[in-house]
Amino acid sequence: MANTSYFAGLIGGIKSLCNGLSVTFRELWTPKITERYPENRKENNIPERFRGTLVMPHNEKNEHKCIGCGICQMQCPNGTIKVVTEMVETADGKKKKQLVRYEYDHGCCMYCMLCTRACPQGAIEFENEYESAVFDRKALIKVLNKPGSKCEEKPARPAVAKPATAPAAANGTPATANANAAAGNAEAKAKAEKLVAAAKKAQENAVAARAAADEAKAAAEANPDDAALQQAMTEAEAKAVKLETAAKTFAQKAAEAVEAAK
Amino acid sequence: MFDFSDFTSWLDTVLLRVMPEWLTILVECVLVALGIITLYAIFAMVMIYVERKFCAFVQCRLGPDRVGPWGTIQVVCDVLKMLTKEIVSLRKTDRFLHALAPFLVVTASMTTFACLPWNKGAQIIDFNVGVFFFLAVGSIGVVGILLAGWSANNKYSLIGAMRAGAQIISYELSIGMVMLTMICLAGTMSFSELCQNQAEGGWYIFRGHFVALAAFIVYLIAGNAECNRGPFDLPESESELTAGYHTEYSGMDFGYYYLAEYLNLFICAGMASTVFLGGWAPFVIPGLDGFNEVMAMIPGFVWFLAKVFFVLFLLLWERWTFPRLRIDQILTLEWKYLIPISMTLLVLMALCVSLGLTF
Repeated sequence: MANTSYFAGLIGGIKSLCNGLSVTFRELWTPKITERYPENRKENNIPERFRGTLVMPHNEKNEHKCIGCGICQMQCPNGTIKVVTEMVETADGKKKKQLVRYEYDHGCCMYCMLCTRACPQGAIEFENEYESAVFDRKALIKVLNKPGSKCEEKPARPAVAKPATAPAAANGTPATANANAAAGNAEAKAKAEKLVAAAKKAQENAVAARAAADEAKAAAEANPDDAALQQAMTEAEAKAVKLETAAKTFAQKAAEAVEAAK
Repeated sequence: MFDFSDFTSWLDTVLLRVMPEWLTILVECVLVALGIITLYAIFAMVMIYVERKFCAFVQCRLGPDRVGPWGTIQVVCDVLKMLTKEIVSLRKTDRFLHALAPFLVVTASMTTFACLPWNKGAQIIDFNVGVFFFLAVGSIGVVGILLAGWSANNKYSLIGAMRAGAQIISYELSIGMVMLTMICLAGTMSFSELCQNQAEGGWYIFRGHFVALAAFIVYLIAGNAECNRGPFDLPESESELTAGYHTEYSGMDFGYYYLAEYLNLFICAGMASTVFLGGWAPFVIPGLDGFNEVMAMIPGFVWFLAKVFFVLFLLLWERWTFPRLRIDQILTLEWKYLIPISMTLLVLMALCVSLGLTF
């Protein structure tokens, strides 16, 4: 309005106000979205993705997909889930974890869905069931696996694995070369890092030796008559020089290795 | 046409037969006062219900529908709650002014309420300068609001009250000017004569060409601002000032402001329907006698209430459409737009009347 003239602003303002009024007038007659809950509980349409309660779907053979890994339990920020497992031996003599009880405390759940996202097997999911009110808090602790249920047998592994490997084999050569180069590079890098660390340590040693030598020198100069101190001074000096040379060599080597890794 | 004065004169003669004159007048005054207060309370509740439902429908909701059929008992419950709530007395406030302020607001609102012409012969306050009286008494309300803001010793209240003062006093100018425009057309300031004229010759909004129509719109805008309702609800603007001038009020003291706010809206609509739409006057087209007789079969109070609720619909529609203005925008709207417009309307109406261009 600031840029327009008085009358243009006035007429434009009236137009936009009428526009707003027409929007609300139309809205007056649109169907209302309010759900009258207890009356319409039969036909109440809750969106499919509404997070009402956690469930573990079972198939018709009373089998679930849970392998008892406990990732959901670790993911849960509220400690809502408790997975009780046991170790059993299968027919072919392998040890295997098996789900005993899957406890879900609905009263603690904040419906963040971290558990269902983390589940590697897709064994748990949220349902849009929303009428969860009970009179006792204990009734909210539910066991999700049905009595007598067991883990669904997975189909044999190769059947699943094959299609995944086939495309990789087709363009294998460049991929492998790349991988080799990457591995070599990683090795060189690791070596360089090691050498750098060694050089650093040698440098530290050299500095310490130099300090000791200086001290010995000072002591010897203070008492020029003491032969033992003169001796110690000479020895310390020699050690310091030796260590300093070593540190220099290490530093050079480390620099070379770093260059090579690059 | 149903004439309410038949009933009142009958009551007068009956009472005069059994008691002296001074007692008759006293009894009649008490009856009238009771009538006003009852109507005031009933219409406040109706208004609150209508407002809630309308607001809900504009926002694609159903509004209150739990207590009673379609939520009708909800308002009664709210009123009972308000009546039983504790009135918190505050330290460091001006106690006397703090207690006085809501009564000033409610008194102004009730007195203007009494000016409304409900039916032929059913008018409580009616004399030759009725419109002036209405405007003058209506202005007392702003004193109550200013006192409320001042006495609460609270910066939010004071800012709200100052805004209310600036806003109401500004918008009274347009209201006065628009009323003058219509008085210019009507030639009278008495509400009963206004209605009688319109019952005989048609409503002023049709008789005054587009000038009366424009004056009607200006009156609605200014009247809305007078009632401190959105988009002009700066005095209470809850997002900035918690509740504005009535922040520190509780219980029924707050209830008076609440009542007065809704009733002022009703009064604003009632005045618009009296001056522009004929009050209790039925819809008449001069010359079509058969049609006029059919229209006159409908009693006056039905006409009046129908018109009031039509105007209320316009006011609510506007209130729930537009966002709140800033204080400088409100004053710009009044001083730079509405006052020039209403002055032009007054001059145009004077020209129309003097040149005999009205119906």
